[in-house]
Amino acid sequence: MSMESLTANVDPAVLLDDLIVRTETHKHADAVVIRPDDVAEVMTRLKRDAGYDHLSCLIAQEYQDRFESVYYLKRYDDPTDEFGVVVPTSRDNPVSESAASVYPTANWHEREAYDLVGIEYEGHPDLRRILLPDAWQGHPLSLEYDQDRPQIVEFSEHANPLAEHGREDETMFINIGPHHPATHGVLHLKVVLDGEQVADLDTDLGYLHRCEEQCCQSGTYRHQIMPYPDRWDYASAGILNEWAYARAAEHIADLEVPEYAQVLRTMSAELCRMCAHFLALGTFCLDVYGDFTAVFMYAMRDRERIQKILEELTGQRMMFNYFRLGGVVWDIPDPREDFFELTRDFLDVLPAAIEEYHDLITTNEIFQVRTVDVGVLEPETAKAYGCTGPVARGSGIDCDLRRDDPYGYYPHLDWDVVTEDGCDNYSRLLVRMREVEQSARIVEQCINLLEEWPEDERELQSNVPRTLRPDRDAETYRAVEAAKGELGIYLRSDGTDSPARFKIRSPCFHNLSALHKLAEGEYVADMIASLGSLDIILGEVDR
Amino acid sequence: MSSDLPIIPEPPGDRDVVTYTQDARTVGQDDRFDSPLRRALGTTPFILTKFDQFMNWVRGSSMFMLQFGIACCSIEMMHTYAVKHDLDRFGAGVPRASPRQADVIIIPGTVVSKFAPRMKRVYDQMPEPKFVVNMGSCAISGGPFQEGYNVVKGAEEVIPVDIHVPGCPPRPEALVYGVAKLQDRVRNGESSPVVVKPYELEQFGDLERDELVEHLADQIDPDDLVMRYNWADSP
Repeated sequence: MSMESLTANVDPAVLLDDLIVRTETHKHADAVVIRPDDVAEVMTRLKRDAGYDHLSCLIAQEYQDRFESVYYLKRYDDPTDEFGVVVPTSRDNPVSESAASVYPTANWHEREAYDLVGIEYEGHPDLRRILLPDAWQGHPLSLEYDQDRPQIVEFSEHANPLAEHGREDETMFINIGPHHPATHGVLHLKVVLDGEQVADLDTDLGYLHRCEEQCCQSGTYRHQIMPYPDRWDYASAGILNEWAYARAAEHIADLEVPEYAQVLRTMSAELCRMCAHFLALGTFCLDVYGDFTAVFMYAMRDRERIQKILEELTGQRMMFNYFRLGGVVWDIPDPREDFFELTRDFLDVLPAAIEEYHDLITTNEIFQVRTVDVGVLEPETAKAYGCTGPVARGSGIDCDLRRDDPYGYYPHLDWDVVTEDGCDNYSRLLVRMREVEQSARIVEQCINLLEEWPEDERELQSNVPRTLRPDRDAETYRAVEAAKGELGIYLRSDGTDSPARFKIRSPCFHNLSALHKLAEGEYVADMIASLGSLDIILGEVDR
Repeated sequence: MSSDLPIIPEPPGDRDVVTYTQDARTVGQDDRFDSPLRRALGTTPFILTKFDQFMNWVRGSSMFMLQFGIACCSIEMMHTYAVKHDLDRFGAGVPRASPRQADVIIIPGTVVSKFAPRMKRVYDQMPEPKFVVNMGSCAISGGPFQEGYNVVKGAEEVIPVDIHVPGCPPRPEALVYGVAKLQDRVRNGESSPVVVKPYELEQFGDLERDELVEHLADQIDPDDLVMRYNWADSP
């Protein structure tokens, strides 16, 4: 009998009996309220004895009378088994114990909570700002923050972090980014090299922190929030992000989605996934081969084909704004046959294109030498850092929310979850390439369904109130399988028509937090390849 | 050697010499190699022009872009460089990874407080003459994120800008149009108006000693470069 099945039956309420202050019911899961100095003990018990091996999300927020950190735990083998831990602290002394000793992924979570809300975590290994500049004054998502106050941002050279080890003669410090062609955006890596090998790596984020959570908190549920998700993971994966928001908002407001709209959602989302994976493929080869090479151009060619289909459907190439709460905005454009033909034409040429990619990339000996057994991410490390999506599946972790926590039309379709157990850069690329094939299968089935759907049953949206006001103090966290992994949204309602707290659980943020595990000890050129294989989009990392 | 030379037809008796020379230079070539330049030079191997005009024409016809991605717009910018749209057709599609080799910087995305000083430095590293294309709403005004606590309300707060290409994001066709417009301006020797830039890199010690500077005085070295944001005065 495996460890998982032994721990699955443990009731967390019994396990934590002596530490529970009171219990709460969140809309998606049960939660317990604990004292701020019991965090590590509670987390240890939940991880060791109840099998919650995935710290999915940490939400920090300020109420009129208190600060609160909410930890949502899950299990990799059953993500529907969710549990919340609520840690309130007083307003005058917002100090709470850190969970980073139990879940390494809490490290970045708590830094973000400190940065944006101002809660301090005792025992945290490195509590400093993560998104905003070091000299920033105030915590912008706290209630008293004055947005108009002036700020000073430093532009300084960074010191060698290994200098105090007396190794400055042997090592070299280099900045990679924030403007660098291999960082896939504005990421800054402070790297210390020992010869050609990476001795130390510190990831510096926040060069694209454009206040997405604040923007969403000031918009109304019904229409004003939906355009923002398109801009998180902007590799044309917008519809997947929209689904994350739609799923959370529909859950908190108890909205139904008609079946026909679910098929449209599923089809458009999988087209987006293909588009995003093609970009990952193209830029990864850019990193490994260098310069604008054939593979990059081929990937762009296939993206153009998909973007053409998506443009026909939604009217935009990248920022689709296609979902509405309770459905989608419009049907397939007339004449429908033309749209089906366009999509089928693409699906027909795809197998040959995939074969071409395999010829150029995966069966290429030089490419294999560069990627096989390089950037190894062990499954245990991936879980500890909260990695999800193709990065986790490339380490042999069989998790996919489309199957494990079903939504949309996925349960009715025939497709497989792709895993590879090489744990290296090569496996992660292979997972993405094979996922493109699975997405094509899903799209094909959806096209067939849409074609045969009776004309009088094509319901696009359910009946949604003009102004949504979810119940006061309702809280929920819902996630979908986006292109990069588990993209979750936490919503808390205060009874008005816009959310009191809107928190984005970004898969890229977590995947990136494991980069130092992939890179340290490897060659600097392989570190670039590892970064490419994590497929980060800075819009989603920084939000 | 002689076999590679175009076969020059016998001059017909009643045609003048100029036309003959022009024909001789274009004969045997496909039409698509024809161009106004070729026709101009076809009559005579010499041209007479002002040096400045010539340099402007050269600059506008061969622009090196900086490979500079910030946010969503950079994906559309990559599509503009890649197959189908191929910005290189217009003599402006060589992305350079180093600012020291680039003539044009496209600002494709939202500029936030932490990135603005770095962008300013990248711009400063480009050799003169240099040109800036603002791509998308964020670079123009902050776009959908304008109300954000951390967002600079447009790249023009930090560096001077020649062309604004609106859209969220602009289609590749729009960016091609914007770059072509910039090339027109460069060819005609027009430069962008000098704007007053509110945000500059300054040494911390040179800042006016207000409450914030006093507060940070023990954390920041007076020689360090900083950028000071006055959010209340932003447009």
